[in-house]
Amino acid sequence: MSALAATRTPAQGVGETPPVDGQRKLRRQLRRYWLAVLGAILVLAWIIIAIIAPYIAPYPYDQIDLTQRLLPPSAEHWLGTDMLGRDVFSRLLVGSRISLLAGFSVVLIGAVVGTLVGGIAAYAGGRIEELMMRLTDLVLCFPPIILAMAIAAALGIGATNTVIAMLVVWWPKFARLARSLVIVQRNQEYVEAAVTIGYGPGRILLRHILPNSMGPMVVLVTLDVGQAILTFSGLSFLGLGVIPPVPEWGAMVAEGRELIQQWWVAAFPGFAILTVVMGFNFLGDGVRDWLDPRSRTR
Amino acid sequence: MTDPAMNETTGSTAPLLEVNDLQVHFHTDNGVVRAVDGVSFHVDAGETVGIVGESGSGKSVTALSIIRLLEEPSRIAGGEIVFRGDNVLAMDKERIRSLRGGEVAMVFQDPMTSLNPVIRVARQLVEALLVHRRITPKAARGRAVGLLGRMGITAPDRAIDNFPHEFSGGMRQRVMLAMGFGNEPSLLIADEPTTALDVTIQAQILDLLKELNSDFGTAVLMISHDLGVIANVCSRIIVMYGGEVVEEGSIEELLSDPRHPYTWALINAVPRLDRDPGADRRLTTIEGTPPDALDMPKGCRFAPRCPFRIARCDEHPSLERIGPRRSTRCWVTQAGEPLPRREEHAARAAPSPVDPASRQLPADGAAPLLEVRGLVKHFPLRRQGFFGPQEVIHAVDGVDLAVGQGETVGLVGESGCGKSTLARLITRIHNPTAGKILFEGTDIAQRSRAEMRPLRRRMQMIFQDPFASLNPRMTVGDILAEPIRFHGLAQGRAVNERVQELLALVGLNPRAAGSYPHEFSGGQRQRIGTARALAVDPQLIVADEPISSLDVNIQAQVINLFLDLQQRLGLTFLFIAHDLAVVRHISDRIVVLYLGKVMETAPAATLFEEPLHPYSVSLISAVPIPDVEAERSRRRILLEGDPPSAIHPPSGCRFRTRCPIAREICAAEMPPLQEHRPGHFAACHFPGGMGEWR
Amino acid sequence: MVVMIVLATLVVFLISHLVPADPILAQLGDMQAANPAMVAAYRARWGLDLPIWQQYLIFLEGLVHGNFGVSISTQRPVLDDILQYAPATIELSTIAFLLSVIIGVPLGVIAAVRRDSWIDHFARLLSLVGVSAPTFWLAFVVLALFYGGLQIAPGPGRLDVVYLPPPFVTGLYLIDSALAGQWDVFRNAAAHLVLPSTVLAATTLGLITRTTRAAMLESLGQDYVRVGRAKGLKDRTIIIRHALPNALIPVVTLGGLAYAVLLSGTVLTETIFSWPGLGRYTFRSAVSLDFPAIMGITFLVAVVYLVINLIVDLSYALLDPRVVRQ
Repeated sequence: MSALAATRTPAQGVGETPPVDGQRKLRRQLRRYWLAVLGAILVLAWIIIAIIAPYIAPYPYDQIDLTQRLLPPSAEHWLGTDMLGRDVFSRLLVGSRISLLAGFSVVLIGAVVGTLVGGIAAYAGGRIEELMMRLTDLVLCFPPIILAMAIAAALGIGATNTVIAMLVVWWPKFARLARSLVIVQRNQEYVEAAVTIGYGPGRILLRHILPNSMGPMVVLVTLDVGQAILTFSGLSFLGLGVIPPVPEWGAMVAEGRELIQQWWVAAFPGFAILTVVMGFNFLGDGVRDWLDPRSRTR
Repeated sequence: MTDPAMNETTGSTAPLLEVNDLQVHFHTDNGVVRAVDGVSFHVDAGETVGIVGESGSGKSVTALSIIRLLEEPSRIAGGEIVFRGDNVLAMDKERIRSLRGGEVAMVFQDPMTSLNPVIRVARQLVEALLVHRRITPKAARGRAVGLLGRMGITAPDRAIDNFPHEFSGGMRQRVMLAMGFGNEPSLLIADEPTTALDVTIQAQILDLLKELNSDFGTAVLMISHDLGVIANVCSRIIVMYGGEVVEEGSIEELLSDPRHPYTWALINAVPRLDRDPGADRRLTTIEGTPPDALDMPKGCRFAPRCPFRIARCDEHPSLERIGPRRSTRCWVTQAGEPLPRREEHAARAAPSPVDPASRQLPADGAAPLLEVRGLVKHFPLRRQGFFGPQEVIHAVDGVDLAVGQGETVGLVGESGCGKSTLARLITRIHNPTAGKILFEGTDIAQRSRAEMRPLRRRMQMIFQDPFASLNPRMTVGDILAEPIRFHGLAQGRAVNERVQELLALVGLNPRAAGSYPHEFSGGQRQRIGTARALAVDPQLIVADEPISSLDVNIQAQVINLFLDLQQRLGLTFLFIAHDLAVVRHISDRIVVLYLGKVMETAPAATLFEEPLHPYSVSLISAVPIPDVEAERSRRRILLEGDPPSAIHPPSGCRFRTRCPIAREICAAEMPPLQEHRPGHFAACHFPGGMGEWR
Repeated sequence: MVVMIVLATLVVFLISHLVPADPILAQLGDMQAANPAMVAAYRARWGLDLPIWQQYLIFLEGLVHGNFGVSISTQRPVLDDILQYAPATIELSTIAFLLSVIIGVPLGVIAAVRRDSWIDHFARLLSLVGVSAPTFWLAFVVLALFYGGLQIAPGPGRLDVVYLPPPFVTGLYLIDSALAGQWDVFRNAAAHLVLPSTVLAATTLGLITRTTRAAMLESLGQDYVRVGRAKGLKDRTIIIRHALPNALIPVVTLGGLAYAVLLSGTVLTETIFSWPGLGRYTFRSAVSLDFPAIMGITFLVAVVYLVINLIVDLSYALLDPRVVRQ
């Protein structure tokens, strides 16, 4: 510990903290975390769009009109039309549903499975730990997208299969994180105190270790939803995602990838991916900063 | 130590360093903290000056300011720092760089992190020489080897090519000193240079510092929270409190006749190694905690805690000269009044709530509450490669000890001796490798988790780190209520009542139940940890270094709390600490541990008066005492080197590699722990062989 | 390491054989798949009629002899295909990697040293956008903009059609053309590399910048940095000689991750840029469910991944003396 930290004011007793100018503090915090706020706004906006998309989309997403093919952005078609004359804007709005759904389900299921595996491994120790972590290592020795691609290809095309394929490669990082977090916490004195009181491992894990490990988990989950959306759209772009005509951003870029002159077909869905992933990354990055005690004391 | 006469002769010339009205501010979210608020002092050439104070007093910030090492968000807001007639605050970048490491060297608290782990020691030493003098790298290397040798590192020509992690903490601090003295500075600033070290290593480093001061004539400005350490090295002391200097004077005068109540409290709150605590073992304490830096008291900053407070203390006193080289910031003593002696004060203070004489110690021959026999814990290390040998750390290696009902047994030893592991074996946080743990006569060493559960509530533990030992996500009320409910000790309303009762018992406001641990100071948290241990109404409490991270005054408060609780509740304590004076103060019997083995066991007074084991003798002699007279009459035994590795412990007697009287038999045979006098055991082939050394 | 490789083969094999999708359907088409005789012949031809463990043993035996099987769609040995396409990918990803290191490390260092300055904010924004942008989209946008719109960049492929590839030595056009002294080919190949390698570098650049910045901040906060100042060292010396070597340790750990990111990047980038490399080959194999090819690639990639992680571990020992050298 640096001398500077050691000479900081000691923690204050109850009620001894002087009143703080709340507004000034808020403004200061906003300035420090403006990126995170921007991220939160982006994420929130996309979630709302995903929910209300069918009601606000100007055209049905699967309305084909070959007379209206490849029209550039205009007042009728804000983001133009694609090869089949479908409205890009409507498809883009509806496309947010599958992307967000896929992203959230992969990360949430992956996080739960991974945390269970890692947490149990760390707490059980010995052979069980060895076995579980070997399995984790085994999955981790493949680059995720390649393995997911192989599995998705094997399972057959379809959004559910793609999500399953991604899940297979997704849980190990949570298992590793959970294991390291539990190992760190397990040697903390408050956990030892819980042992001396006589609590069983389940109670210690759930009531003591888990709440204190949530910070890094939340950060990883937030950053990861973005990554999952990115990977999902990548697989989709490769033709391993949704079945047409369901609109999906990656698949929409793929459809327009040869159309360099009709750039709007591919450019806008891709931009949508960028904004939503950026939202999650900004938010996750901000949360990480906020949780880091070193950056908070400044 | 420098000759006081020299100070007189240099007194006429300008001092080496002069600090005038220094102001340092921290800019935090909650406002501006005046960490250093108008500090003035000087250091003469060749002089040794100490700054003492508790954490938050501004002593380290003052030290860092001298060579402008402060970092954001702290800023020097005013004042003057004059070094050899030059104003340091007005120096340009080049000039300040030539000052740093050239004329003024600095040594920091933690030698483990002060050296860059990925760079060889040689380069770190050489670069410090090359920036300040015109010599070739080859010559610099030669000089660096010489310096390392001078600092007492064996085979310096080979050691210099090592990486820092290959050195022990004490050796690293020697490297830091070599770095500091490389350019023959005229001032060395040492910021808590021995705080991170064990007491025998601390003695080595303090000795070296004194030697360097007299050999090179380098002035030393030493910052420490430990009066004993300062008294050992320095001839003059500056006492800081709440960002101000509150008292200044020569070491002899200040220790024997403190003229500021804070100094008085510092001297009297510390248990003394060389004093029998007597029947009432409670320490003199001052109430409360250090002032809030954001909201300093308007008057005297110490007034809210001062036992001698008078009406005038609402006014802020200035630092007044009260004698030659002596000043104080106190209305009470500026008139020339001395403060009462400790004994006089104690007589007037409130008597102990419980009659100390009523304390029941176990009768001889009564079965002990806890008995440990041949306890062993080996931690396996990770194998080096698939076919590598399985190495183990011999953390605890055959320990025997007994704790009687109502007794306090102190367990002392340096870091790595296995005392914390032992605590965790007895409380069954770790599983023992071998041996017996008899609790009320039944062996619990191999009991399963379920079998242990009913026993848990009779044996509790208090932990070292008040910041890590409380679950940060639970309120204090939940922390205390959970064990009560878990063991079915109370239901419904009664749980809350019990929580309130516990908080009152440890001297906390009952309203604390609704707050989270981070809202409390270290001392308060240690009280919460104590309350948690008491929640299940235990008989035995194992306390693992419960006060080592607290400031001395808070230490005294917590020690008194333990003493009170013991008397009121009839508790039995196994008290683990590295601070010998504290252990002497509160223990009935003491067990000395070294490298996983018991060296000596004796009643507290006996151990300090007639230690039999050479290790105990050296350990006791290494502790500095804040009393110039007492220090003069003592003989210090400097142990050489560091404790050996617990992976490959020495054959025979564990201590033989550092023992001044070791002979051949010590390497061949492990001495058994034998009773030499009633109740006095030692594991040594030549017990009492260090008699003439003392 | 060896154990992991064997296990990896098992994983690859299991994926390709225990899943419902039928490669026969994909390869033969609906008409032929309806004909049982055709299907049986096809199965026998590719060994699909044997028990699963025998298929695995055959697969393993093949691997030992460097035989990854024959691609169903190209009808060529998978290893030959891979060797043919590998140089293009190696050239592209090496340049992208160098690009991201050369820019990312200094940018991260400066961002950490000048914390909260405009350059720090810029670096942060750049890296966050870098890791957020879908590679395939970025590839499309730069191609549409610089080739389709502004017409200042060459189109897809490794060379313009008017140029013939340089004589084969390494398969890397930049090196081969330089060796042959064909500087016009060299210039053209370099120009063709600009867009795809930039796109590919975007994500890794973001990762490296972020990690370097965080590691530098950590390292600059250490006691030895303050000791360095107390010694009177120059700020530059402290940053470059004391803080940076410590900060590089976590950056090197990124090696394995960066490789994986680059690899998935090539699949997407090469597809857009019609780059005749492994990425596009992988894509085509995946779309046509060409299992021998997918298995071969996945296995190879896993082996390279393991090797890279081994190299990372070894360089760890070089950078950090505290890691015991075995």
